[in-house]
Amino acid sequence: MLYTILAPFLLAVLAPLLHHRLKDLSGWLFALVPLGVFLYYLSQVPQIAAGEPVYQSYAWVESLGISLSFYLDGLSLLFALLISGIGALIVVYTGAYLGQDVNVHRFYLALLAFMGSMLGVVLSGNLITLFIFWELTSITSYLLIGYDHHKQEARTAALQALLVTGGGGLALLAGLILMGHATGTYDIPTILQSGDMLREHALYLPILLLLLAGAFTKSAQFPFHFWLPNAMAAPTPASAYLHSSTMVKAGIYLLARMQPVMGDTPPWFYLVAIGGSLTLVVSAYLAMRQVILKKLLAYTTVGALGLITTCLGIGTDYALKAAMTFLLVHALYKATLFMVAGGISHSTHLYDTEKLGGLGRIMPFTALGAGLAGLSMAGIPPFLGFIGKESVYEAGLASPGAMLWLTLTLLLAAVVNLFVGLLIAWKPFWTTLDAPLSEAHEGNVGLWLGPVLLGSLGLILGFIPGTTALYIVGPAVAATAGEAIPVSLSHWHGFNLALLLSVITVALGILAYRFRHPLRRLLEAPGRLDPAGPERGYHRLVEGMLWVSKKQTCLLQNGYLRVYIFTVISFLVALPIYTLVAGGGVPIPPEWPSFKLYELGIAFLIAGAAIGAACTNSRLTAVVCLGAVGYGVSLVYIFYGAPDLAMTQFVIETLTVLIFVLVLYRLPRFTHFTSEFVKYRDMLLAGGAGVFVTILTIAALKVEIAPTISTYFAEQSVPMAHGRNIVNVILVDFRSLDTMGELLVLAIAALGAYGLLRLNKDEKKDKV
Amino acid sequence: MEILLAIIIGILFSCALYLMLRRSLIKVVIGLALLSQAANLLIFTAAGLHRGDPPLIPEDAVAPIGAHADPLPQALVLTAIVIGFGVLAFTLVLFQRAYMIIGTDDLDQMRSTDTESTDLKTLPQQEIHEH
Repeated sequence: MLYTILAPFLLAVLAPLLHHRLKDLSGWLFALVPLGVFLYYLSQVPQIAAGEPVYQSYAWVESLGISLSFYLDGLSLLFALLISGIGALIVVYTGAYLGQDVNVHRFYLALLAFMGSMLGVVLSGNLITLFIFWELTSITSYLLIGYDHHKQEARTAALQALLVTGGGGLALLAGLILMGHATGTYDIPTILQSGDMLREHALYLPILLLLLAGAFTKSAQFPFHFWLPNAMAAPTPASAYLHSSTMVKAGIYLLARMQPVMGDTPPWFYLVAIGGSLTLVVSAYLAMRQVILKKLLAYTTVGALGLITTCLGIGTDYALKAAMTFLLVHALYKATLFMVAGGISHSTHLYDTEKLGGLGRIMPFTALGAGLAGLSMAGIPPFLGFIGKESVYEAGLASPGAMLWLTLTLLLAAVVNLFVGLLIAWKPFWTTLDAPLSEAHEGNVGLWLGPVLLGSLGLILGFIPGTTALYIVGPAVAATAGEAIPVSLSHWHGFNLALLLSVITVALGILAYRFRHPLRRLLEAPGRLDPAGPERGYHRLVEGMLWVSKKQTCLLQNGYLRVYIFTVISFLVALPIYTLVAGGGVPIPPEWPSFKLYELGIAFLIAGAAIGAACTNSRLTAVVCLGAVGYGVSLVYIFYGAPDLAMTQFVIETLTVLIFVLVLYRLPRFTHFTSEFVKYRDMLLAGGAGVFVTILTIAALKVEIAPTISTYFAEQSVPMAHGRNIVNVILVDFRSLDTMGELLVLAIAALGAYGLLRLNKDEKKDKV
Repeated sequence: MEILLAIIIGILFSCALYLMLRRSLIKVVIGLALLSQAANLLIFTAAGLHRGDPPLIPEDAVAPIGAHADPLPQALVLTAIVIGFGVLAFTLVLFQRAYMIIGTDDLDQMRSTDTESTDLKTLPQQEIHEH
């Protein structure tokens, strides 16, 4: 299985190179890889149908419990077949649709990488690898939507899709980690066994909400549905593949995968079923108002996803059967119709269904594909679509609780499907226009092969419902339910309510098509509310984030040095004071010792000089004060047994004052830039910092320092280093490398200063 | 005396930080010099004071006799003094150079490394780089 995922990735990397050699053939040849993958999974069907899931594991990040493992059961198999099978046809279609485009190699790259990622999502046997592949699909989807990157619309839509699905992905990651925490493993087959434990876990609701956030954003469920219609800015092959049959179903896959362990609880039922049915209603309303081919398909895709979600939410055996059947049906007809829509637009350069007509004779093969898919979508027997629709009705009628509401919603969905089916598969081909479309022509075989094959598959599978149920739908339902349940699909269930509903659907659908113009006018009326939709929330959020980042940059990275210093000191003062107060108060100083007079004198000298340096308006006074502080400090060193320090300090201070005085005449006078208020504010802050440092010093005095190091140096000074001045011995012997570093710093500073001074000198020469 | 020194260190820190909060760069440099004095004194005091005897070993002994000052903080501070001086000297020269080119010591006008070109226009003619 690993190779089936790696193969598309490998081909993706090679595709740009190969395309330059193969040119027009690349679509056909690239399709061989997904075809091979498809055949591989087809060969797995009997084993899976016998109820024996395949599990393969490779060690990866073992310390975190993450392994590269793959799990193939009925559910993964259904998805893998759809991904690879439709994928192969899409690659062929891409060759015909975008073959002339100069950037098509990039499209192949992203498309094939997506294929590998999507296979990874549905085959992952580990929550973390699932998440990684999940995010990869978001990223490749971003690249595909933004393929026409010179168009503003495509860029915006791509970013929107990425932000919405990526945001949901983050929620999903949190949910998956919580789930791993709750069950103690990231291994999916193990988790699938721990349903009872998970449902009763205290974290059940947070996990559910986070998983749903991931699934609803990915599968464009209300209120996140808005990104999918916008994503139609992608080239049609991408729309047909990602945004109808595969990627948007990743959310559905997640829900179905988690159904055995997370489902069957009231929160699951209400959140998932109601979320799904709300999506259905909203998308039905929006679809009825549309005339643009791809947008129509996009809204019905949202609706179909809502329908599957609703069924998963209901969660009964009937509902799961309906969900899996409809998933298969929908993938087959929707990918077909997208390819048909692309074919029509490719040939006529028209996108508006109302402007299309009479193409049936001009584009017979496309019309055939469209007809097959349209009939399946409309749910006409003997197509698989009919069985899908019937089972959906059965699921609604047999649902506990909100039966009426659900059934009406499902009816609405079916009517809209029929309506859109007519609008796309009937209207452009078999109605006559006042002015025939002269430009129109049938596309080449690559453009209609996919629609015809997929469309016929909907018919063929409809003819053999028993086989379909046994090998494809049954295992998927078993995986979703967590136990094997007998699944039978057939056209004829006797005269029952579901059949009656089917008849009503057809009647209503045809009526809606007939009277679509007045209907649209009626539906346009509440259109004023559109700007208040959830998409507005998205825009607000994005603008808000930009605003916040701009503000915080202005606040923190404003380029004012003293604001930085101000912030740093504020925290330096505030945090330790908080800690001191919270952690048992300020250390009380030991008994107030008596001072010698000279000590008091030195103290006044240093303090007075420092304050003088801070307050004076004269540069010279400031420098003299600085010198006085230095000499004062060196006196302290003398009195407390540090003659070396005192000498060094004395010399250095003299040098410092000299340099200051030398440079001083080149420097500006002190200038006043700040207001009185700012001065007092700074004084307050600096004073606070001073108090804090004083407290810190007193606190540090109370700490007992282990004497070992100093004692060691004192004892070993003569025997090891043959020196009697311990400080000097430390500097030049015990810690001589440190002293080397110090000398290096001095040397660099000296070189730097010299260089800068030379620069000045040279300039003066030049000027002369 | 420790308490007294602690207070002095606090005052030194206050003055240094106050100077560093000014807009005038020269004050910031003086503040920096004061800050390094304060930090040195802090290390010296925090390690414990010992009045009188320096850490020296008499000629006829192999180890210091009796109580003496702790040599370790002294070694640290000695290094710090010298490095502080190196940095200060370099800062001063750098500042002088910056003042020559930009023509102000107002930090608010030195907010970006990219402003040289704009600032050059506002300079008096003779101060502009003329190669």
